[in-house]
This record gives sequence, C-alpha cells and structure tokens, in this order.
Amino acid sequence: MLSFQLISTVRLGIKSLMLHKLRSALTMLGIIFGVCSVIAMLAIGEGASYEAQEAIKKLGSNNILIRSLKPPEAARQQGGGGPRGMQLKYGLTYEDGARLQSTIPGVRRVLPMRIIRENVRFSRNELPCQVIGTLPFYTEVSGAEIVRGRFLCDQDELHQNNICVITAGLAQRLFAIEDPLQHALKIDAFYYRVVGILRERSKPEQRTQAGKMEGEPLDNNVYIPLSASRTRFGEVLIRRSAGSFEAEEVQLHQITVQMQDSAAVETADPQIKTALKRFHDQNDYELIVPLELLRQAEATKRRFNIVLGSIAAISLLVGGIGIMNIMLANVTERTREIGVRRALGAKRRDITLQFLVETVVLSVGGGLIGVAVGMLTPLIVSHATDMKTIVTVWSVLVAFGISGAVGIVFGLYPARAAALLDPIEALRHE
Amino acid sequence: MSGPAVPAPAGSLPATSRPAGGRPAATNGNAIVQLQAIHKIYALGEEAQVHALRGVDLTISAGSYIAIMGPSGSGKSTLLNLLGCLDRPTAGRYFLGGDDVSQMPDDALSEARGLKIGFIFQSYNLIAQLTVQENIQVPLLYQGRDLRQYNARCAELAGLVGLGDRLHHRPNQLSGGQQQRVAVARSLVNDPLMILADEPTGNLDSKTGAEVLDLIDRLNQAGKTIVLVTHDDRVASRAHRVIHMRDGLIDREVTNRPLPANPHPAHA
Repeated sequence: MLSFQLISTVRLGIKSLMLHKLRSALTMLGIIFGVCSVIAMLAIGEGASYEAQEAIKKLGSNNILIRSLKPPEAARQQGGGGPRGMQLKYGLTYEDGARLQSTIPGVRRVLPMRIIRENVRFSRNELPCQVIGTLPFYTEVSGAEIVRGRFLCDQDELHQNNICVITAGLAQRLFAIEDPLQHALKIDAFYYRVVGILRERSKPEQRTQAGKMEGEPLDNNVYIPLSASRTRFGEVLIRRSAGSFEAEEVQLHQITVQMQDSAAVETADPQIKTALKRFHDQNDYELIVPLELLRQAEATKRRFNIVLGSIAAISLLVGGIGIMNIMLANVTERTREIGVRRALGAKRRDITLQFLVETVVLSVGGGLIGVAVGMLTPLIVSHATDMKTIVTVWSVLVAFGISGAVGIVFGLYPARAAALLDPIEALRHE
Repeated sequence: MSGPAVPAPAGSLPATSRPAGGRPAATNGNAIVQLQAIHKIYALGEEAQVHALRGVDLTISAGSYIAIMGPSGSGKSTLLNLLGCLDRPTAGRYFLGGDDVSQMPDDALSEARGLKIGFIFQSYNLIAQLTVQENIQVPLLYQGRDLRQYNARCAELAGLVGLGDRLHHRPNQLSGGQQQRVAVARSLVNDPLMILADEPTGNLDSKTGAEVLDLIDRLNQAGKTIVLVTHDDRVASRAHRVIHMRDGLIDREVTNRPLPANPHPAHA
C-alpha cells in the first residue's frame, strides 16, 4: 500500500514536472553538467595518472636506476674559461657495480651500461644512435623483447665479439630492403654483425650531452657486448665540437640494480646512497627509484582527484541551488494546489513528500542523463585529443549518489515551506 | 451519536460505493455537528486583534441543508473554515460526528477533513495536471488507499454528475460548470459526513449555477448533509435553514421548510 502511494506520488511528480517541460529541463541541466563534469574530470585525471604510472612501471618497480651525471661545476669549467682539452673524469665505475652487487642485501642483479652516442652507418645510410654496451641479461632487467634473432650471450661478452642487436625502429630506418640479420653495421671504425632485433618496453631516456642536438628518435639503439664497448671505444671518449674537443672518462653511464622485491627496494635505497657517497667526492650520479616515483605519482593523483572532485562538487552545488530556487518558485506558484490538497485531507508530510519527490525526480533524472553524458564525454575527449581516459565505477556511483543527495538536501527546504503553509491562506492565494 | 446504518439510496448514491467497513452513517435528525460557544480571535499584530467569532452555538442535524449568509466581515468564512477543520477555535468546543475536533493536532485535523468532510469551492480548485478521474480520487490518495480499487466508484460518481464520458479529460478541457460538477463528485468520493460548499455558484452563470445547485439538492435528498455559504438569496432559499451572521454572531435563523422525517423522499 505504501509502495503504491509512493509510486503514485512519483508519477504525480513527473506529471507536475511535465507541466513545465522547459523549466524542468533547464533545472535539470545544472545537475546534468555537475554529474557529467564529475565523471569526465575524474576519467581524464585517472587516465593521465594511469599513463604516468604505466611509464614508471615500465622502468621496473623492482629496479633502482643510477645514472652518471656530469657534475655541474665540471661542466662550467669546461664550457667557460677552463683549460681546453682538459680530460674530465666522473661518473659510475665498474667498482661501484661490483660493490653494490656484493654489499647491498636483496640485490638480484646489477646491470652496467655504457651509453655512447655515435653515428651508425649501413651502406649510404647514417644515423645518430646510442651505442649501448651491456651484459646479456639486459633483456630480463629492462623487459625488452627480442623480435628476431637473439640477444647478446656470454660468449659474445667473453670474446668481445663484434656483434650487435638493434631496435626494431632503427632496423626499419637503416635497412631499406635488406634483411638486417644478414648484414653488418659500421660504428666508428668497426663493423658489427647484426644478430637480433628487439623492441624496448619503454623508451629509454635519451642521454643528453652538451653540444648534441636533441629531438632525435629515441629508439635508435644499438646493443653491443660491454667488453666490446670497452675495447673498441676505449675508456676515454673524445668528441670534437665547434673547434674544441672534450675528452671525458666515464666508465659506466648507468647501473640498473634489480632488487628481489619492492620491499627490498625501500631498504636498499638509502643503503645505495651511502655506499656511493663514500666513493664519490663529487655529485656525479643520480638515483632514480621508480617505486618512489610511483608513490609520488599516486600522491599527485590523489591531490589531483581532490581538486577535480571539488570543482565538480561545486558545480553540483550550483545545480542544487538552481533546483532549490525553482522549487521555491514552484511552491509559490502552486500554493493554491497545496491548499486544495490540504483541505482534501493531505497531511503536512504528504505535501513534504510530494515536493521532495519532485525535486528528487529532477535531480535523479538529471543524474541519470549526466551519467550517460559523463560516460560519453571521455570517449569523445580521448578520441579527439589522444588523451587516455578511464571511467571508474566509483566515480559514476559517487556522482550519481551526490546528485540524489543534492535532490534531497535542496528539496527539503522548499518541501518543508510548502507543508508549513496555512491551508486557509493557501486556498485564498490567487 | 451514531445511529443504525441507513442503507445508501439506490440510484443516486450506489451502496457499493461506501468504503468497506465504513463508519455507521448518521440518521436524519441526529446532530453531526455541535458548536458550543465558539470564539475565534486572530492576532494581527502586537496589539491588534480581530474577534471574528464571538461565541457561536450551532447544531447541524444529519441530512439537513443549511445556508450561511451574511455581509463580509460577519465571520461566515471563519465559521466555514472551522466547520471544515481547516482551523481551530480559540475557545469553545466543536464536536464533529461525536469527536471533539476543537483542539486536535494538525495531522488529526487533516485526517478528519479527509474522512468526514467534502469541500466544494467557489473557484472549483481542481488540480490542473490531473485528469477528471484522478481529481475525483485525490481525497482517497491521502487516506492511503489503493486507488486502483476505486476506479469503478469514480466512474459512477462522474456518471452521477453527468461527466461519465470525460473521465480522462483535464480540467482545462472542461467548462466552468463541468469543473464544478467534478468538484462535487470529488466531495462525494470519501463519503463524508457533511459537504461544505463555499459560494459554489459564485463563478458560474445563472443557468449552469442552477444546474450545480440542482445537483446539490439531489445529494441532499439522497441524505447528504450540506452546508453552503452564499450571498445569493435565491441560492439560500433552497436550504432548509438559513443562518444569518453578523459581527461574529448568529444574527437570526430562518427555517424555510422542516427537515423531512423521511430522509429520502425522492426514493421512498
């Protein structure tokens, strides 16, 4: 019986709202925009942070990256009035790698990398590349995937073989019609036979070097055995630029420390810092902890969500005030109807319920449309701008829930005002 | 106060129309309304007061037809509001069908209105967004009844007022006379003790007004108690008793014709 009354009250509410279709639609618009903006904003925020987190995860959340840095004071000396042709020595050393491997608990593998920028030639093609000297387990640490052929092996390392593995992008750019696996590349003065093609999981960050143009394709990578890199290029790298030359001795450009699990990453982080500090008297390396970055990204995302959520909540609030305003006008306009209903036996709570139901119908109806539009908007946004968007279930539920709550909160006052009208006054109202 | 149930007259008010398990109807001659020394004072401001009723005593018997007349400010509207349980007296007691409603709380008064009183207003006061049938059903809605069981009764009442073919029309599709007849049907749907009509013909031309009054006459002949407020002597002449109000008191009372002993002469 009660449910029947509720149903007929809802039907009556819809009827009364249909009496002023334009007014009801405009009132709903506030809620529609509010709900839509909650869902769309959170979807865009979620998508953006998802992309950032994926990029960090690709670095490997169990990894700690240590990179060599040219110490700022040395860079100044070289660029400024320092003696020309001075040989700089900085960065990570082979000993660092060995020391980390043997002293830090929870280390699974330590992967050293020498990254040298050099032009790579095949017949008449010449491309600037990163020539990366590394060890055979590089693929396991970085998650790179062999597309054809094989990666470096222990024998290559042992015999300093002149072989190389190139990235798929480079293979495409360097070899027009030839099969890369049948040919050799020329790097500096030496030829390296191509034995495999791999695809990187993440684009390794390009090593920026003074005097070098940036903006070259990032995945022009050539992988050669570390031992080959040491013997063919030597420890001292000399490069000429604009009438002067720089010579620098850098043993390793990057060490990737793979830990057993993420718990080990947290304990190892300060230990590695102290271990390195003792053997480096200048600030010539940096530590990148993807796990930490991930945490920061998550914290940023939370903050971002709060900001977006508040903006959206404000728009819902404005929508709610719009509803209240219209309902108050509605109550005034229908004063006589209220009086008639009261005379015919309606109790105060019947009138309250009637107007509350109307407000809730407005806001929930607006909420439903808003959910539909809000789920559509991210699709359009990601289609038009290439931004990734993720509509989460909870954002839909929260937005819809808030729209319902807005209806009740902002409907209560007008409904109460209607119920408290004196029936005699209400009947006399013109 | 309540006598043995009088069977509803066949034809005009179908017996099936009575709500199941309804209260016993009042027999003719029994008082269904008793006002005892009713005062109503409106406070206008801090000091100013309006003494609208100054001790009204009135008894209304079941089956009677009473017209209340009087100049504006005489207190007749106040009296009608009190009779309709829309307001509470400042002092005095009001028995409606045996219950003292003079100091009932708001919800109980609403219920009393819904169960015991049928209203007919000067400006019809139908609800614009509802159809004729839904308008007739409004008083039932607030008694928590399942309206689906009352569709037949609504159709009967609409037929009774001559609008059986307009059940699904909206008020704005009807003439004034038709709207007032819908209001009459609505006042009957809860089978009230008493029908209060406030200038029911005030907005109608004399021909349609006469039609509505004829309808009210028929209701009275069928046993309904009618209380009617009017300015028009011709309207008042249809009543058994005419009460003239002046300055918050009953000035004089005229009995046009006695209350028939047989409640339903037309159907005897």
